[in-house]
Amino acid sequence: MKYETIIGLEIHVELKTASKMFCGCDASFGGEPNSKTCPVCLGLPGVLPVLNRKAVELATRFALALNCQIAPYSIFHRKNYFYPDMPKNYQISQYDLPLGVGGHLNLEMDDYVTRIGITRVHLEEDTGKSIHVGGSGRIHGADYSLEDFNRAGVPLMEIVTDPDLRSPEEAREFMQELKGILEYLEVSDCKMEEGSLRCDANISLRPVGSEDLGVKTEVKNMNSFRSLYRALAYEENRQRELLENGGQVVQETRHWDEDSGVTSPMRTKEYAYDYRYFPEPDLVPLELDKDFVEKMRGTIPELPAAKRKRLITDLGLPIYDARTLTSSKAMVDFFDRGIKAGADPKKLSNWMLGELSAYLNANGLDIGDIRTTPEQLAEMIHLIDKGTISGKMAKDIFEEMLNTGRGAKEIVEEKGLLQISDEEELERIVEGVIQSHPNSVEDFMKGKEKALGFLVGQVMKETEGRANPTLVNQLLRKKLQAGKD
Amino acid sequence: MELCDLTAWQGMDMVSRGEAKVSEILESVLKRIDQVEEKVRSFITLTPDLALRETKRLDEKVGKSEELGRTGGIPLAVKDVLCTKGVRTTCASRILENYIPVYDATVIDKLKREDMVMVGKTNMDEFAMGSSTENSSFGPTSNPWDLTTVPGGSSGGSAAAVAAGEAMWSLGSDTGGSIRQPASFCGVVGMKPTYGLVSRYGLVAFASSLDQVGPITKDVRDCALLMSILAGHDPLDSTSLPGEPPDYLSSLREDIRGLKLGVPEELWGEGLAPGVRACVESALRLLEELGAMVEFTSLPSLKYALSAYYIIAPAEASSNLARYDGVRYGYRSEESEDVMEMYSRTRARGFGQEVKRRIMLGTYALSAGYYEAYYGQAQKIRTLIVRDFQSAFQRFDLLVSPTSPTTAFKLGEKVDDPLSMYLSDVCTIPVNLAGIPAISIPCGLDQGMPVGIQFIGKALDEATVLRAAYSLERALDRRFLPPLIAEAGES
Amino acid sequence: METFDVDHVAWLSRLELTQEEKELFGKQLKQILDHAEVIKSVDTSGISPTYHPIPLKNVMREDVILSSLSQEEALSNAPQREGGAFVVPRIM
Ligand SMILES: [Mg+2]
Ligand SMILES: [Zn+2]
Repeated sequence: MKYETIIGLEIHVELKTASKMFCGCDASFGGEPNSKTCPVCLGLPGVLPVLNRKAVELATRFALALNCQIAPYSIFHRKNYFYPDMPKNYQISQYDLPLGVGGHLNLEMDDYVTRIGITRVHLEEDTGKSIHVGGSGRIHGADYSLEDFNRAGVPLMEIVTDPDLRSPEEAREFMQELKGILEYLEVSDCKMEEGSLRCDANISLRPVGSEDLGVKTEVKNMNSFRSLYRALAYEENRQRELLENGGQVVQETRHWDEDSGVTSPMRTKEYAYDYRYFPEPDLVPLELDKDFVEKMRGTIPELPAAKRKRLITDLGLPIYDARTLTSSKAMVDFFDRGIKAGADPKKLSNWMLGELSAYLNANGLDIGDIRTTPEQLAEMIHLIDKGTISGKMAKDIFEEMLNTGRGAKEIVEEKGLLQISDEEELERIVEGVIQSHPNSVEDFMKGKEKALGFLVGQVMKETEGRANPTLVNQLLRKKLQAGKD
Repeated sequence: MELCDLTAWQGMDMVSRGEAKVSEILESVLKRIDQVEEKVRSFITLTPDLALRETKRLDEKVGKSEELGRTGGIPLAVKDVLCTKGVRTTCASRILENYIPVYDATVIDKLKREDMVMVGKTNMDEFAMGSSTENSSFGPTSNPWDLTTVPGGSSGGSAAAVAAGEAMWSLGSDTGGSIRQPASFCGVVGMKPTYGLVSRYGLVAFASSLDQVGPITKDVRDCALLMSILAGHDPLDSTSLPGEPPDYLSSLREDIRGLKLGVPEELWGEGLAPGVRACVESALRLLEELGAMVEFTSLPSLKYALSAYYIIAPAEASSNLARYDGVRYGYRSEESEDVMEMYSRTRARGFGQEVKRRIMLGTYALSAGYYEAYYGQAQKIRTLIVRDFQSAFQRFDLLVSPTSPTTAFKLGEKVDDPLSMYLSDVCTIPVNLAGIPAISIPCGLDQGMPVGIQFIGKALDEATVLRAAYSLERALDRRFLPPLIAEAGES
Repeated sequence: METFDVDHVAWLSRLELTQEEKELFGKQLKQILDHAEVIKSVDTSGISPTYHPIPLKNVMREDVILSSLSQEEALSNAPQREGGAFVVPRIM
């Protein structure tokens, strides 16, 4: 029997606010344990939450960007369960009346486009962090745990998709696209390593043609797009093998282990989850009116899909370039500024996807971390176009630019790296090379074209690479030709 | 009569006329505490040193002809459910036995700005759950009128302290009658304000949609004064009402001519003690003589109020009390295998019986399969109650009832019968469900024990509630001083 | 009324009850719930619930960082602490 894979994602995103969701504590990542806490986010007796306006604005902007309906009336619930990283032992979260519902995202795969439904977008608060001591630092086998509540109460947005994804590839692509949108909207930092973007997946299989959904498992602990893909591919296989051998999938939560590359059932002491949701009595309803919604709609910038289209149709970039450049907001912002500074789109793209990306990867940097500006890169490309520097020189100059933050012109002038395009000077050097390499000259005369390359190389060596290679080529050919005749 | 037996405003008058020092009033209160606290046990924590330091500062202020804040430094007691920075706050629970808050409740902050002199934190039913102050892990408080009876609850310590002169006024909290019922049992004045009028920030939550902080005082004037300080918007409380509250003192006029008072039959029914009925009836006649019109009426849904309340309040409490888990503060049961065991043991040993009972009840009412039948249905009944009040207030300016169907009952009488204990709040609970204001003032004695009458107003109409109470109080023209005070005076 | 599973409710509540407590609470809670049974008989069709006694909406604060507690203050009531964090027994 042929099976079809059904995947739905549940994504948690920390919002880019200055302060926490319900109190004034600093929401930024890091810091000494429990140094960014107050009575409210520690859940001390007597405290009350007050909603952060910015969190509501960011979530609304995002929900609108994903074509959601903004609920005219939404409320917060308490989700009750005991866990040591949650100070109040309940999480304030939106439940049956979330902020946004019924959206969608058109996912562009290599050779098709598929529409992924967005079930809901809602607001909630993050938990603190447990550090497990003893037993190799894992929760199982630890001697005890330490609780740090710096992250407790950071605004979270939960996004739930419809079960519309049909493969691990689509799931990965969806997350990539979502990350781009979140970044473009400046809604989140999307740093998976800091936990500001997290994703759980529901996956099930069903016979092709069947309308009913099969038994699903929920897969947790995927810390990168790669591990999302690997975990889902593993789980897809596992379920298929089970079904093909007459077995049954058990509905359960499974833990992805990155090192061993397998999912396994999560052990839990809670024998039946019963969250006892009820409306949070300490918060009042949100009734977002048309004016507010339209104002938020007005803050939505051009999103990755539109940007990609523009790069392809208006600037003539190949699809690959457009996709890669738009995969991160910082990247495409850099590109846009370079274009504005007058760089040729394809050349700029080549430099960014080539040298620049290599440099970032090698140094583990983000494009936001470098000092070189897009305008500086555009200027450098301009110097190549003018013939002031050679493409080969440019590679070294660019590296120097990235390392020092200085401009191309400055570096070129200081190091005397200007390309030698002065014909008289070059003629003199070419003359010398011809005289000192009679064998090669003779080879060329006998018709060995390769000998010319060798002689060019010698000129370049003499000039420490600064000679204009095109010019050298021309001059050599002219001189040797004259000798022939 | 001692200084501590004055009302707060009388004390302030004496200070402003130079007839008494702030510290002398405190000394009188501390002396009374020395004399009677062993018998009454109003307090969990006394803070005489703190109070003495404050009165010294205030006397200096007076000496320099500086004006005192609006509390006038008159000794105040605070229910131990309000967070006081640096001063132990226990909620009468073992689980918070040694808990020292790092912040002040908003009402405490407001009072400090008005030169509060706090003498201590008063006893209560654990986490404000109870009607007799017997559910305290620090032992029960006695009613100063008869030491073998309860002071009511849950703000029993605050009411007893004021009645006995151990404080000249106090703060309580009222979720289902916890200010008014003990005020009634102890012969003092107690007010539950409109929900949202007084900040709940720093009030340890019992049932969030019902809790309000309010004053317990010797007379209506003191009540109005304290209300003026407590009321007002707080940005730290999302359920705090916007806008400036009025000055309640200016509403104290002896004039209720033409005021239409409705008496809900549902609060006048079975279980009403004959002596209480007689007292309230004669108060009603007096109100008529003063020119008010009194008429019986019906708010049919009130008969479901008690049942709805005992679903809603425990449900919210079960969630509010989840945070007492032994991780960040409070008691922790040691030597547990894992964290879940630590939770279950900490909570089983840290909480008393009534708290555990209500957590169980509330957890059940919210649990899968029962939510709609219990919690959902109770909140719908709440809507019916709100509507009944709204339509009653189209015809009446105020509603009037006994505060409690009986006077103070004996210590131990109802501890083993939670349901009969719950029934003593039958007249006060509907007011919390509707979020409206109500006051209890003493209107007479039944076999030597005080009887309270309750005036209920529409939302934010504290002024009319206070005016009616003030008019009746003046017409009754008597002070309700427990015999204990006379004895203390002799010794 | 429905059966009242004392063990399950006690587990959800994280209360390690003694056998006596289980029996006592089971009995008392049944009594209270029987009394509350009356609310089930009330016709509330078309009635919306009242979660808040006052009609407020859209109460929000501006996104401004306010001072936090010091680490010392945050931990000042901790039953057990280590390295600036709260210590809890093993979770699993
Ligand atoms: Mg969530
Ligand atoms: Zn905080």
